Formats: sequence, structure tokens, C-alpha cells
Amino acid sequence: MDPLRQSPSPCSSRPSSPKTPPCEIHGYVGIEDVLDQLKIKAMKMGFEFNIMVVGQSGLGKSTMVSTLFKSKVWKCTPPGLGMPIPQTLQLKSVTHVVEEKGVKLKLTVTDTPGFGDQINNDKCWDPILGYINEQYERYLQEEILITRQRHIPDTRVHCCVYFVPPTGHCLRPLDIELLQRLCRTVNVVPVIARADSLTLEEREAFRRRIQHNLRTHCIEVYPQKCFDEDINDRILNSKIRDRIPFAVVGSDQEYLVNGRCVLGRKTKWGIIEVENMAHCEFLLLRDLLIRSHLQDLKDITHNVHYENYRVCRLNESHVLPRGPCWVNLAPTPPGPPVAPGPSKVCRQAREDSDDEEDDY
Amino acid sequence: MTSEVARHLLFQSHMPTKTTCPSSQVSDDEQKQKRENTRSLTMSGHVGFESLPDQLVNRSIQQGFCFNILCVGETGIGKSTLIDTLFNTNFADHESSHFFPHVRLKAQTYELHESNVRLKLTIVNTVGFGDQINKEESYQPVVDYIDAQFEAYLQEELKIKRSLFNYHDSRIHVCLYFISPTGHSLKTLDLLTMKSLDSKVNIIPVIAKADIISKAELQKFKIKLMSELVSSGVQIYQFPTDDETIAKINASMNGHLPFAVVGSMDEVKIGNKMVKARQYPWGVVQVENENHSDFVKLREMLICTNMEDLREQTHTRHYELYRRCKLEEMGFTDVGPENKPLSLQETYEAKRHEFYGERQRKEEEMKQMFVQRVKEKEAILKEAERELQAKFEHLKRVHQEERMKLEEKRRLLEEEIIAFSKKKATSEIYQNQSYMASGSNLKKDKDRKK
Repeated sequence: MDPLRQSPSPCSSRPSSPKTPPCEIHGYVGIEDVLDQLKIKAMKMGFEFNIMVVGQSGLGKSTMVSTLFKSKVWKCTPPGLGMPIPQTLQLKSVTHVVEEKGVKLKLTVTDTPGFGDQINNDKCWDPILGYINEQYERYLQEEILITRQRHIPDTRVHCCVYFVPPTGHCLRPLDIELLQRLCRTVNVVPVIARADSLTLEEREAFRRRIQHNLRTHCIEVYPQKCFDEDINDRILNSKIRDRIPFAVVGSDQEYLVNGRCVLGRKTKWGIIEVENMAHCEFLLLRDLLIRSHLQDLKDITHNVHYENYRVCRLNESHVLPRGPCWVNLAPTPPGPPVAPGPSKVCRQAREDSDDEEDDY
Repeated sequence: MTSEVARHLLFQSHMPTKTTCPSSQVSDDEQKQKRENTRSLTMSGHVGFESLPDQLVNRSIQQGFCFNILCVGETGIGKSTLIDTLFNTNFADHESSHFFPHVRLKAQTYELHESNVRLKLTIVNTVGFGDQINKEESYQPVVDYIDAQFEAYLQEELKIKRSLFNYHDSRIHVCLYFISPTGHSLKTLDLLTMKSLDSKVNIIPVIAKADIISKAELQKFKIKLMSELVSSGVQIYQFPTDDETIAKINASMNGHLPFAVVGSMDEVKIGNKMVKARQYPWGVVQVENENHSDFVKLREMLICTNMEDLREQTHTRHYELYRRCKLEEMGFTDVGPENKPLSLQETYEAKRHEFYGERQRKEEEMKQMFVQRVKEKEAILKEAERELQAKFEHLKRVHQEERMKLEEKRRLLEEEIIAFSKKKATSEIYQNQSYMASGSNLKKDKDRKK
């Protein structure tokens, strides 16, 4: 999968086309009005955003979602609260339409209660990856129809927020396994959950260790370095990359602090303000996800992750065991008809290599 | 049915995942839940996603825009001048000749900048349109060109490893059709061309060189043109009226079609300003004066208000129609027998097996034919060989006979020769004897005489 990820940047500012001479405009033409046209159309159509939160129970995932979108996203009590731990990992999805200043956003949040809660957590990432791939599959099926819809409904997961438990040490094996697999299929933003249990120095040390872990295991979290197009992007994104993973605290209750009404957690030793940069980095997470990089998340999902999935899927027939009348997917070159000889040879070679692998 | 199950299974086994049964059940449930749960949510504070349109706009600015205009019209009707005037540049196009034997399309791409917007503009001109004596083939190159651009995009979209975000979109977004200002009605060629183009591209008809027509005649001309277009069933592009902000202006502009335009890059001083105009001895026709020409309306509609809609219509309506027709032509359908949804992949594979079977059969046939021919040839050659052999034998025999005959003759001749030489020998001896006898007689005679 890795060689496939070396795709060019999704929003290349220099599309490959014949060299065109730049022309000077001598007066008013009105080309820049196209930006307004774009905005009007986009506002009419509305936006879609699908976010998934992954992490063990009790790390405050559901609360975080409610804090991010400043509303009760879950109709009933958040899953996991007061209910027995589910036996298998079950994904719960909920969709809302939110509107702010004329901008309509169709928001889908997928929660994963029960993740990593069992005694044996082997392959607990399978349902998650299965769900993500299922969304890609659905989009692909819509895309290859003959009569397509005008606007294909986009249910693909644009961003996956991974909650790291605040142990203060380093990433655990479960975290590393999951992150390695997730990063290849979806944009992952890791956060340190319940950061109010760590002091500022502990947070910094933990952050550095996590970054080191990520580098050692070649886990590329969002914003990925290979998709930075120009120098401005790189500067902006390196600032973000320096602070990842964000140490966040979530809350949906308001308290009065210095005459202001703020979201926070009240404890005996003080009130932790969620939106105070000195207390936690929730604002950074919110800005990244919503205010500045939402379109970029969608673009990378569409142009890179979805394309990778599509390539794998369309190439699948190569890997299938071949029947007697199976033909190579690649177009046969013109010339004398190719008898089943060569493909049989290929199958032989593969079987041989399989045998070799078994031997080792 | 089995192939569908097979496909599902192979997806499960080859993706590095395995959906366990309970979660797939849950996903069905959560689907239903999703549909029920799509409700409005009120937020208790400012979240900040009203910046979303700006994010979208920023990305578009980075990528740049692409716009392709096709100009169809007779040579010399003012296409290049109008484009120059529209975009306020000199695209350095020289006059084309009237003597081309066929209609060709010439495409040129330019990069324009205005404030922070980069526009990649492609102008496609029909060269030699309407110049031939026999105009039957005039519109076909245009249709072929438009189809070729759709085809190129479709090919890119169907590739396995594709890069659509990098792709230089060359599909025609709008066709400006230039109508001659005769004042009477549409020419047959115009009607035919527009009819063949209207399902493939957005057509905006314009009346070129409108300074020839007087105001009164212009109104009548426009009405005549529109009624002709409507009665022939030609679908020209209607400016969209579904969005309230631009519905009113678009609706009123729809009533002004076709636009009567005048193009010029020459500047004339009017009052104390330099304006683009055409100077005649009887007056000055100002390009940007709404009373003189509809040029400003055209620019408004084409660029300022509806460029994005033109691009969207091209992609969602014309291109999808082309794609659907093309794929159906190749034999793909969405719904198979018994009305069960068929996937593209299944149809493709079924067709591939069919073709492979067909090819195998043909191979067999050819092999058979080859063997047959070889046998025939062999038989012929054998026959020839036999014949040759027979001839050879015959000749040999004849030759033998001849030889024997000749031997016989030779023997006879030799015997004759021997007999003759014997005779010769005896006669010589006899002659000698007689000569000697006669000689001695002579000598005796000589002696006697003496």
C-alpha cells in the first residue's frame, strides 16, 4: 500500500497541461466574480462532513464531539455510560444537519463503543476498517453506475480522531497497531484525551514521546507531510505537526468564571476551562477540524485515500485464483493470440512463491 | 447471483479486514437509524464552520479555473475580435483564409490573471466554416471535436490509476454561435449545426456585427430567430433562474437572447474618455454602450454571473449524457435480466468471457483451415511428383530406344566401312599389280622404240 501513497498532492496548483502563454488583461473583465458564483452554489448545495471517534471507553469521546459542535449530538445518553460493556465492537453513527450563518452542514459522527475493552483485543480494528472500506465501496458503486446521481452522497469518513489514554508514558501496542492500519486508509488526528490529569510538563514530555513513537513506526498522521504543496502550507502545517497530538479536555457544561459563562469541568481544586489555551488545546483541535482544514480533509480523502481504495479494488481480479477461461485484466497487445500459456506460467510462479513462503 | 456472492466474499477476504456478523447487522440498523436521525441540530454557540465556503474558494483559487469556449461561425464574422474584446486582451490571432477545403478546429490555450484568480482559457475556433461550396460536411468536425473531448475525459475517469484533480479539462463549456446579421432569418447551415450541437454543449447564439442592423430591424430579427429556434426544437442555453440572488437578472437576460454584439479593440475618444468603439463617417458605435450593443450583457452573463453554472451543466448534464450513451453502446447496463442490479464489473467480465470464447473458437477454426490447406497442397504436390516421375520414365525409355537404334546404325556403318576398306585394299593391290604390269610393258615399249 505504501508505494501507492506517493500520489501527487491532491490540490496541485499547477495542473499538468501544455505550456500556456500568460496574457495581459487591459481592463475589467470580471473573472473574479466566479468566486462568488462558486460560493453561492456551494451554499445552496450544502456541505457534508463525516467524522469518526475511536478510543477506549471512558476517554470522553462522546463528550468531545458534543463540545466540538456545541450541541447534544447523541440523542440519548452517550453510549458506554452506565451500560454494560458490549461484547463486540459496535459502530454507532448519527447524522445531523447543522446550520450557521446560512451555511448548511450535514454532519455524521461515528462512535466506536467497546473498542479495546475486551480482554483479548486482537483484530479489534477489523470492524473499524471494515466500516471505512464499506463507505468507500458504497461511493465506488455509485460512481460506476451508468446513470449516476447528480450529487453522489458522500458517506466516506473524512477524519478519524483517535483518543490516546493519558498514561504519560508512550503509545501502547494497541495504539500503534491501530494507528498503523488506520493511517493508510483515512486521515487520523490523534489527541491526548482527558488531558486534565497531566500537568503541563508531563503533557509536553508525553507529546514528544508520542511524536517519537509515531516517527519510529512510520505512522503518518494528518496533516501528512507529503501533501504539502507550497511553502505557506508547509509552514502552517509544520506548526500544527509540532503540536500534534493535542491535549484536549471536553465538556458540555457551563460554569461562571470571572463573570463569563464558559464550558468547563468543575473540580475541587478549580475549574478547567475548555476554551482556554492555557488550560488545554481544544481550540487548536476545533480550528484544525472545522475552521481551517475541513475542506483539505475532504480533498485528501477523495483524492488520495479513495483513489487508493479504488485502485486496489479494480485490480483485485489479478489476485483471484484463475479458472480455465480467465483472462488478464490488462488489454492484450495486438498480434498473434496469446494462448493461456503465459498466464498459467504466472500462476505457476505465484504458486511456487507461495510454496516457498510456506517453507519459510 | 453467484458472481455477486463471489464478489462480496472476495472483498471480505482481500481487504485486510473481516466484517464480523454482528457489526454488519448493526450497520444495517445504523443505516436505518441514520435515515431517521437526520434532523436539525441547534448549536448553543459559535462553532465556526461558516468559513467553509471560504475554504472551498481558497482551494479553487489555488487550483485555478478552467474555461473552454467554442466559437462557431463563418470566416470573417468577428469571432476572434469578439473574444479579444470579451477578455480585454489581444490574443494574437491572424486572419484566416477563406479557401480551406474542410472545416478544421483550432484550439489555443491562454492563462489570464485577474486579482488573485487564475483562469486557464481555451478558445476553439472553427476555421473555414461556411466557406465550402458543398457545406454538407461542415458541422461534423465540430461535433466530432466535442465528442473527442468528452471521450478523453471518460477515458481518464475509467482508468484504474487516474489523476482527475490534475487533469486539464478540455471539455467545451459553452458554444458561442455567431449568426450572420442578414436581418431575415437563420440560414439552413445554422439550423442544422445548432440542432446537432444542442444536446452536447451549452449554446449561446449571438448576432455578430450587429452595427449593421438598425434598432427596429434588430427587434424583429431577434423575434424571428427565437421563434425559428423554438419551432425547430433547438435547445439553447437558458440562464438559470433557480437561485434567488440571480434569478431576476437571468430571467430578464433570457428575454434578450440572442445578444446582438459588436466587437472592437480599437479605442476612440468620446468626451474625455477612451472607449472601445468602431468609428464610421456617420458616427461611432461604442462597444460597451448598452444602447449600441448587447456586449456588456453578454460579458455579464457569460463571465460574471454564469461561468460556474456553465461548467456545472457541462459536467452534470452533457458529459453524463455522453457517458451514459457511450457505456450503453458498449453493452453495459445497470439492470440485468430479472431486474436485478448488475454491476459494471460483472457485465464487463461476462463480456470478456464471451469475447474470449469467441476468440478461442476462431482460433480453432483457423487451425482447422490451415491443416486442411496443408493437406490439399501436399496432395497436389504429390500428384505433380508422380506425374514428373512418369514423364521421366517415359523419356528414359524413349532415349534408350533411340540409343539402341543408333548403335545398330553404327554397327551397320562400321561393317560397311570395313567391307569398303577391304574392297579398297584389294582393288589397290590389283591396281598396283596392273600398274606394274603396264609399267613394264611401257618400259618394254620405250626400249623398243629406242
